[in-house]
Amino acid sequence: MRLEFRNIHKTFGQVHANNDVSFVVEAGTIHGLLGENGAGKSTLVKMLTGFISRDSGEILFDDKPVLIRTPVDGIRQGVGMLHQDPLDFPALTVLENFRAMAGGRWYTAADLRKLAAEFNFDLDPEEQAGNLTVGERQQIELLRLLALGVRTLVLDEPTTGISAHQKDQLFAAMRTLAGQGKSVIFVSHKLEDVEEVCDYATVMRRGGVVGSLPVAKGDDTLAARLVDMMFGRELALPSKPLTTTPTPALVLEDVVLEDERLSIHVPKFIAPCGEVIGLAGLEGSGQRLFILACAGVQAPSRGQIHLRAVNLTHKPYAAYQDAGVCYVPADRMREGLVPGLTIQEHVALRDGSGEFFLNTTAMQQGAERAIAEYKIRGTPTSFVERLSGGNQQRTQLALMPPDLKLILMEHPTRGLDIDSTIWIWKLLIDRCAQGATIMFASSDLDEIVQYSDRVLVFSGGQVSEPISTQGLTADRLGEMIGGKF
Amino acid sequence: MNTTELISLLAIAVAAAAPIVIAAIGETITERVGVINLSADGVILLAGLGGFVAAQTTKNVWIGFVAAAIVGSLVALVVAFGAITLKQSQTAIGFVLALLCTDLSSFLGAPFVLTDAPRVPSWPLPLLSDIPYLGPILFHADAVVYFTYLLIGVSWFYFYKTRPGLLLRSVGEQPSAAFARGVPVIATRYLYTIVGGALVGIAGAAFTLDIKAGWTFRHVAGYGWIALSLVIFGGWNPLKVALGAYLFGITQSLLGKAQSVVTLIPSQVFPILPFVFMILVLMVSSGDLVDRMARLFPLGVRRALLRTLRATPPNSLGKPFEQD
Repeated sequence: MRLEFRNIHKTFGQVHANNDVSFVVEAGTIHGLLGENGAGKSTLVKMLTGFISRDSGEILFDDKPVLIRTPVDGIRQGVGMLHQDPLDFPALTVLENFRAMAGGRWYTAADLRKLAAEFNFDLDPEEQAGNLTVGERQQIELLRLLALGVRTLVLDEPTTGISAHQKDQLFAAMRTLAGQGKSVIFVSHKLEDVEEVCDYATVMRRGGVVGSLPVAKGDDTLAARLVDMMFGRELALPSKPLTTTPTPALVLEDVVLEDERLSIHVPKFIAPCGEVIGLAGLEGSGQRLFILACAGVQAPSRGQIHLRAVNLTHKPYAAYQDAGVCYVPADRMREGLVPGLTIQEHVALRDGSGEFFLNTTAMQQGAERAIAEYKIRGTPTSFVERLSGGNQQRTQLALMPPDLKLILMEHPTRGLDIDSTIWIWKLLIDRCAQGATIMFASSDLDEIVQYSDRVLVFSGGQVSEPISTQGLTADRLGEMIGGKF
Repeated sequence: MNTTELISLLAIAVAAAAPIVIAAIGETITERVGVINLSADGVILLAGLGGFVAAQTTKNVWIGFVAAAIVGSLVALVVAFGAITLKQSQTAIGFVLALLCTDLSSFLGAPFVLTDAPRVPSWPLPLLSDIPYLGPILFHADAVVYFTYLLIGVSWFYFYKTRPGLLLRSVGEQPSAAFARGVPVIATRYLYTIVGGALVGIAGAAFTLDIKAGWTFRHVAGYGWIALSLVIFGGWNPLKVALGAYLFGITQSLLGKAQSVVTLIPSQVFPILPFVFMILVLMVSSGDLVDRMARLFPLGVRRALLRTLRATPPNSLGKPFEQD
């Protein structure tokens, strides 16, 4: 189905989120929608799918204007959307997730298996969705939308948080759908994904369309042109200088980590000062367990943990903090920051001493320093939940105490645009130069290869030996995650 | 104690648990759709009184049940309006209504203290009541007790085997995802809050017209709170909730019996023991004790064990639905 946006406008308060957006998505094509965070991509596709209403402008399907005011209208017009965070029911089973619809057919487990087999998805209908990876939950949603007969499929940042293999499966499915004459809109800020799978790309910047261009395979200049359109300038990725200091910082000996799903054994692991260690693997393969153990949040069931010759085994979290460990959780709003508190209140929490009264002046000055130094878009009295994802992450980093020995991060740049990502890694590399060791888990293999000195691969309940990133490619890493050490 | 005594004791326990089961399942339905209705304790009293008065006036016990259901639905409607439409704190609304309804029942019920009203007639089921042991325990009762059996089965089937039941649960889990799938979230929440409230009301009439027939000040105070905690104990699953209610009923009657036998312990201790038992059960089922116990088992068994034992509340329980 051919789809056209014509002069779409949308404002939220003072912000002109979509300013005169017009472009065409041809039937049977995969159309990339690129732009950094806040460029207006999500707003546009949410208007298409009926999650929000537009102020003015028209959306045309096969040259006929359509009225879509609710997600159900969207489905009725054949538009379905895969959300960045799966909009599903983690507490229900796979089959129940597939079935939960106000109308339509009552599907059986056999229907689901048949449809899953068409796309080579391996889904157990009776498994609880919350136990699955983000990629698998995405697959359920995709199958559900297809069962509903959508003819236009919107995917909002679908490759965030899924494995390389799942990404290949997803791209294959997208190509199949385009081949059937459906139109696919692929919203992303990842250039390499757009280059790999899209036929056309439209770039948005500050609410407007910068331009559209065809994506030809093997066009070397394409990436540079897209970056230029997205940012109006070229971007250079910071690179991590090789670490040469052999001083060991973190030492794990004969450690066993367990939770209800898996049990991991690490015979011996040494991370030197100044090194960046990337933890790669499918989500839920034990990277989080590993990080929580090193942070002192979850005690290992066996083994010893030392940091700079201090034995921290079975010590409380506070002892880890005193030893210079800092843990930056993936879920910024649930574990990292406290919603409902302002930036300066977070500063007071960090600097908290035995005093009974809060020192407002010191709080404000501390917050202002952090805002200036970390370029946070906000004021000392801004509530953290009001900040954008990138600014929340900057706030988290700004709150890290100085002189850290070990920084542990989960998905340090998940959901952030390229600009914020580069900036955050520059800061982290500075920390390494000051002697800190960084360990981070990420599902973005390019990020792991780009910034790590060495990589640990988590797969099938096992951890690999540390692998040097010298000569390692993201593709090879993807294979290792699949179980080929 | 001989067999006949044991059978009569269990029969009494099953009957005594009936109103608690009805109230707890009503509350389960309400909470499954994402609304907490804390008013149950007051509603049982007020609806119990309403049912009692209606039955006395009309001389028809069943009209009493209808009246009680209406009282329960009306209070639930207030909760629904405050919680769903006004998006106020559900805990505060429910709590205040619990206190209000209790006092209102004492005030309005003053003229009816120790008066008479029709009672639910005994109705042994033919054939079924002849089954050895089970018959006298389960089927030598009355319509209210049989309604309880039916309610347990039907509510479980509705939750887990029908589309409306799936949509009910989906609204309680992720209202935004349910909305995206065409479920009218607000209407669904109103509907099941009112249905749940009606059942809590019926539980009140089950007390005043049947199990503890009659009316006095604060006649059956406390049972609403028991029903609320049974919902948590049962992990929001009708079968487990009912099981909890029956366990509670049986402990209560066993202790009632023990009270007359053991004279060493003051008799006041026995009536409160079931409540202590409830607290212990709640500590086990909703704390992380389950997780710790599960660690003692191998990985494979552990997951199945956790799935049966662990009680996770509906994800959006108590949270109003905001559409962007």
